[in-house]
Amino acid sequence: MDRESDHKELQMKEEDSVAEILGNDIVEDIIMPSLGADMTEGMLVEWLVKPGDPVKRGDVIAVIETQKGAIDMEVYHTGVISEILHEPIVTLPVGTVMARVTLTEPGERAKVTPLDSVTVTPLDSISLTHVETSTPLASPVVRKMAMDQRLDLTEVKGSGPLGAILLRDLSGSNIDRTNAIEVDDAINTKKAMRGAIASAMSKSKNEIPHFYQSLDIELGNALQWLKRTNEDRAPDQHILLLALLLKAAAKALMKYPDLNGFYQNNQFVHAEEIHIGNVISLRQGGLVVPAIHNVDKLSVDETMEAIRDISVRGRSGHLRSSELTDATITITNMGERGTDTVFGVIYPPQVAIIGFGKVRETPQLVDGDLVNSEVMSVCLSADHRVIDGMLGAKFLNALSKQLQKPELL
Amino acid sequence: MKIQEIKVVLMKAIQEIAPEIELEDIDVDEDLRDECDLDSMDFLNYLIEIKKLTGVKITEGDYQNVNTFKKMVAYLEQKTE
Amino acid sequence: MNAQTLTYREALRAGIEQALEDDERVFLMGEDVGRYGGCYAVSKGLFDYYGEQRIIDTPLCESGFVGVGIGAAMGGLRPIIEVMTVNFSLLAMDQIVNSAATLRHMSGGQFNIPVVIRMACGAGRQLAAQHSHSWENFYAHIPGLKVLSPGTHTDARHMLGQALRDPDPVIIFEHVMLLNESGEVSEAPEADMESALVRRLGDDVTLITYGGSLHKALDAADKLAEINISAEVVDLRCLRPLDTDTFLSSVAKTHRAIIIDEGWKTCGLAGEISAIIMEQGFWSLDAPVKRVCTAEVPIPYPSHLEQAALPQAEQIVEMAQAIMEGR
Repeated sequence: MDRESDHKELQMKEEDSVAEILGNDIVEDIIMPSLGADMTEGMLVEWLVKPGDPVKRGDVIAVIETQKGAIDMEVYHTGVISEILHEPIVTLPVGTVMARVTLTEPGERAKVTPLDSVTVTPLDSISLTHVETSTPLASPVVRKMAMDQRLDLTEVKGSGPLGAILLRDLSGSNIDRTNAIEVDDAINTKKAMRGAIASAMSKSKNEIPHFYQSLDIELGNALQWLKRTNEDRAPDQHILLLALLLKAAAKALMKYPDLNGFYQNNQFVHAEEIHIGNVISLRQGGLVVPAIHNVDKLSVDETMEAIRDISVRGRSGHLRSSELTDATITITNMGERGTDTVFGVIYPPQVAIIGFGKVRETPQLVDGDLVNSEVMSVCLSADHRVIDGMLGAKFLNALSKQLQKPELL
Repeated sequence: MKIQEIKVVLMKAIQEIAPEIELEDIDVDEDLRDECDLDSMDFLNYLIEIKKLTGVKITEGDYQNVNTFKKMVAYLEQKTE
Repeated sequence: MNAQTLTYREALRAGIEQALEDDERVFLMGEDVGRYGGCYAVSKGLFDYYGEQRIIDTPLCESGFVGVGIGAAMGGLRPIIEVMTVNFSLLAMDQIVNSAATLRHMSGGQFNIPVVIRMACGAGRQLAAQHSHSWENFYAHIPGLKVLSPGTHTDARHMLGQALRDPDPVIIFEHVMLLNESGEVSEAPEADMESALVRRLGDDVTLITYGGSLHKALDAADKLAEINISAEVVDLRCLRPLDTDTFLSSVAKTHRAIIIDEGWKTCGLAGEISAIIMEQGFWSLDAPVKRVCTAEVPIPYPSHLEQAALPQAEQIVEMAQAIMEGR
């Protein structure tokens, strides 16, 4: 049927069919609207009215979710909501009666606009102009975070005055730099992640005067200790070398806190807590860098548990926004299948990244005898605006010292 | 457990970590970590998954007996007899 | 470190005594400071011990004796001038603003003015509008002055000594409602006089205040803790120069700030601090900066109206709740 030409006829038919006359009251159905030719159903997310509420034509009465995103649903009659027939959250076919409104204005019926004809064409243009022109209201700190981390705020529902997005609206939601831009499409996600990595790394290499130092750290004791400790442990109690490395790094940072913090507004701001970001490479490509919080306060077992937790959630995409934003230093770990050394790129505004190479066996001279020794090259990339070589050297040696007594970590 | 069952369980454990891997992608005589591109954390999670599914606890001492797909099948077959 | 418990008044007196003991160039001068023992009894007993050469009663003429003090400082002495209340200091404002604050600059550094001027300030004792106002902001406006506001007993005890060691004129505000309160005094100052101090750690909102409003902010922080709002309290201590780093780094952590100031809101210190946060800490804010100040009326005489006009802990709590809820 050609909608436009049959417009008038439809309007009359619809009015006859949907309006009931109960005594003197005229009741109209409120139906799931069609927001485009391809739409067959919509999800009722929230009612903004309840039975007994007066409404007038044009009021927003519900939020519905469609392929085009969340849409504010308007009412086309002036009256009082008399019945709510479906409770959120529920998916309903287009045309389903969702609620009823009792008309209050005499002659209201004559002005009734058929639902279909109003909603079909204009909605595309409405949602387009909405996207193009409106920047969501957001507090300064949220706007800064959005800019730094390339968050897309248009999908975030604000809880502040006038619907402004506040800090709390970000935490707890799944917004993060990896899935912020268009979540439903894997290719877009990958693109967005590449973009985020590209911008952070370019910024780092453009702005941060990196310098690099490397120390071969003897890991015999640490590996022996791990072997003894893990001997009888079930896989879920198993401790990986990385846990010791993290703990040792945290302890060395306590001694040399000038590597732990941020370079902001032309000065170094020391971070009170030690949140270590861990580079996790994703199977589909790209990486995430979730932080383990307060590593200095965790036991080795707790650190291991935290590593397990973030690596599982990191790969399944369930990281919390705080974990992706508050690392105070980063660690990149090549693991046993990686390379001997890794010279990391600092993640701004942090001032250092520690790169752990793979453990390798090397001959060493001890008292004139050749012995087998297990060694790892640890590389520190540091921001020379904040850190000097002597400090870096002290830090690496402190790290090495920590790893010689794994039982004390 | 029958060999067939063990293979199903192993694939399930592997796909939990690496969903894109199929049985025919794996050379059963080669190191599984290389075959499936698993790091040490992945391998640990694979062992945890196996423990969940079969109850068999594999400790570090036995790692060299389970490092290929084939060896793992034999190991589990023996342990679940 | 040994701590002793003193009233705020006793702590001030101990500070003056030590200054008199440590340096014979120091003397105390003001209306009724000698034989009467001070209008607020701060200098009680000092006249009998130190005599009229060092504890000097003056006529009721603020512009005169403040001017004499400035001259004495230029001549090499270390005067402590007591002005009965900040309200009367307006009579000496020409001496303070046009002479004390400017002479070092105008003499090309040839003369500095190491004078300390102490003034009682604040409302709450039903002394009516002419004796109850807070003019800290007037003095904090003037380059060449340093302005201190001891809000704790330890600061009351030690800030005078720090001020006397400063080569430039220092104004110290002593809030009248604190005088009878007892509190711990530690043996040494907690910080240099120009540093702000975080008096309580918190994560959700920073309460920035000074002097007589400090304990109100701390009370409010206690009440807020009961409803799971963690407030950090910053005591400014020094109103000129302002230690901006301390409150900016606190706001960078909490993302929210409320300034509590017994002065009026219009053209006051709270507005200045708010502007600094806006200029230097804007990108860390998650809510508009708020102010809790005295109602814009001359301080009323009747007790209930006086209390209604002043900032109170309940208002701070309510304001903090409102910004936490995004209202």
